[in-house]
Amino acid sequence: MSESASEAAGVSDVVVPATVSVIGADMVFNRGRPNEVVALRDIDLDVADGEFVSLIGPSGCGKSTLLRLVGNLLEPTAGTITVNGKPASRARLDQDYGMAFQQAGLFDWRTVARNIELPLELRGVDKADRRARALELLELVKLGDFADHRPWELSGGMQQRVAIARALASRPGLLLMDEPFGALDEMTREHMQAELIRICAELGTTVIFVTHSIPEAVYLSDRVVVMSPRPGRITDHIDVKIGDRNDDTREASEFFEKITEVREALRGIERDLGGLGVDDR
Amino acid sequence: MRLRALWMALAGMAVLIACWEGYIALGEATDGTVLGFDLPARYDKSAMPHVWNVVTRFGDQAVAGRPGTVGSAVLAACWYTFRVSMVGLLIGVAGGMLVALVMQRWRLAEKALLPYVIISQTIPLIVLAPVLNAWSGQLSVGPIEWQRWYNLAIIAAYLAYYPVAIGALRGLQSPKEHHVELMDSMAASGTATMFKLRLPAAVPYILPALRLSAASAIVGTIVAEISIGGSGIGRLIIDYFQRSTGDATNIAAAVLGAALLGLVVAALVSAFEWTVMRNRQRDAMSEMA
Repeated sequence: MSESASEAAGVSDVVVPATVSVIGADMVFNRGRPNEVVALRDIDLDVADGEFVSLIGPSGCGKSTLLRLVGNLLEPTAGTITVNGKPASRARLDQDYGMAFQQAGLFDWRTVARNIELPLELRGVDKADRRARALELLELVKLGDFADHRPWELSGGMQQRVAIARALASRPGLLLMDEPFGALDEMTREHMQAELIRICAELGTTVIFVTHSIPEAVYLSDRVVVMSPRPGRITDHIDVKIGDRNDDTREASEFFEKITEVREALRGIERDLGGLGVDDR
Repeated sequence: MRLRALWMALAGMAVLIACWEGYIALGEATDGTVLGFDLPARYDKSAMPHVWNVVTRFGDQAVAGRPGTVGSAVLAACWYTFRVSMVGLLIGVAGGMLVALVMQRWRLAEKALLPYVIISQTIPLIVLAPVLNAWSGQLSVGPIEWQRWYNLAIIAAYLAYYPVAIGALRGLQSPKEHHVELMDSMAASGTATMFKLRLPAAVPYILPALRLSAASAIVGTIVAEISIGGSGIGRLIIDYFQRSTGDATNIAAAVLGAALLGLVVAALVSAFEWTVMRNRQRDAMSEMA
């Protein structure tokens, strides 16, 4: 996206290079108990600055767990995780990343703008600056007229835009997204995907995106990381080099080829496991 | 809609009065025996005074030869009970919130405290009030002499804390996993999570609890007055009861006063609820966005 566009949205600030490096990460829940679960085993993952990486795989493959390790919401049992060259715990305290979940998770006692201000409020940013930043972000997600609305007055897609704006509030270089469009209808979903690509291109944001949907992963990503369950591990990296995304992308033959490639990779896992559903949408 | 609600309330009252007066009329007409069966309750004036007698009694002299009507006596007694029970309610709400905060913060505290919180409400008030009164008989805190009404307020608080403690605990625990993760992802401290997520989320749970607490505080004060004393509406009912010989009209007037007190407090709580909730989602309790 051109520089003028980002300046128009008022978010032309310099973004620090955002990189993620996961080395030999294991995650075991309830260790040593009868209900011990090995959620992740020996995960290595590098994400370059500005890269859009999707994690895809059947339920229980640990893709959400991996995302939470990067976000330091969980501590790995073994291995190291660095974000922007610092330990994940430091990166979390420094607000080096923003996070969005399947549920928008907006607080109904706050207006839309004050929901976006929340991360800034927690960092002690003063009121006028918070408000200015929230309005700027509302323009970016095309909800400029809704600053003083209440969250429940917004549709599901609009709520999710607010959640993305909130995740971007403290100008993180990295976005961690856990099936953010999973609860939206198909039309809204495709629209949100296009919006996300536009926003990330404008800001140069690095993204790790967890999804169930093969077309979604292919449409959004520079690279699709395929994962397999029991124990959760990475089985494939598929580079998606199909050029700039636009409305025609969804009908292009390269798009379908990549979808087939990801599907084949997932089928391989299914054969090994004896049939586990992956969303084909 | 509002007007309709008012009409329905008035209609309900009319039905109630009709039943009351109908029963008396039936008793008088049949001499207490309907189709060979005795009526279950007495219908004479010592048990069931006529509604109009109760209403006009408010204007009568309270004590022969002294100024002051029954109405002003009931009003003064209600005002006393109101003030005491509101002090009790405030203490109770503060205590209930504190108990809930401690239980939410430490799981162990929840396990250790919750059974006692529940048991606390099974101790009969009839036992508690005299014990408290006996205990505090000689008590003085520094220069402050222990007043009798302190005991009433404590009893009110003891009853009022419970609904708030339970409601607030549920409310503080109501945020979903992803709300808490969101706060963590924004590096929010425990205190920040409490004040910016848990407490606001608990409000729709605390308000209905507050209604119950307010009612409990009033009932607690009135019942405690019976054994502890003071000059509230509970005491007045007992006074009238002891002085009435074959005429329940005074008692009925005082009871009516107590009922009106309950209505006033319910209205106050509703007004408070409306102020707090007007910017919140109506069904916020069942589903947070």
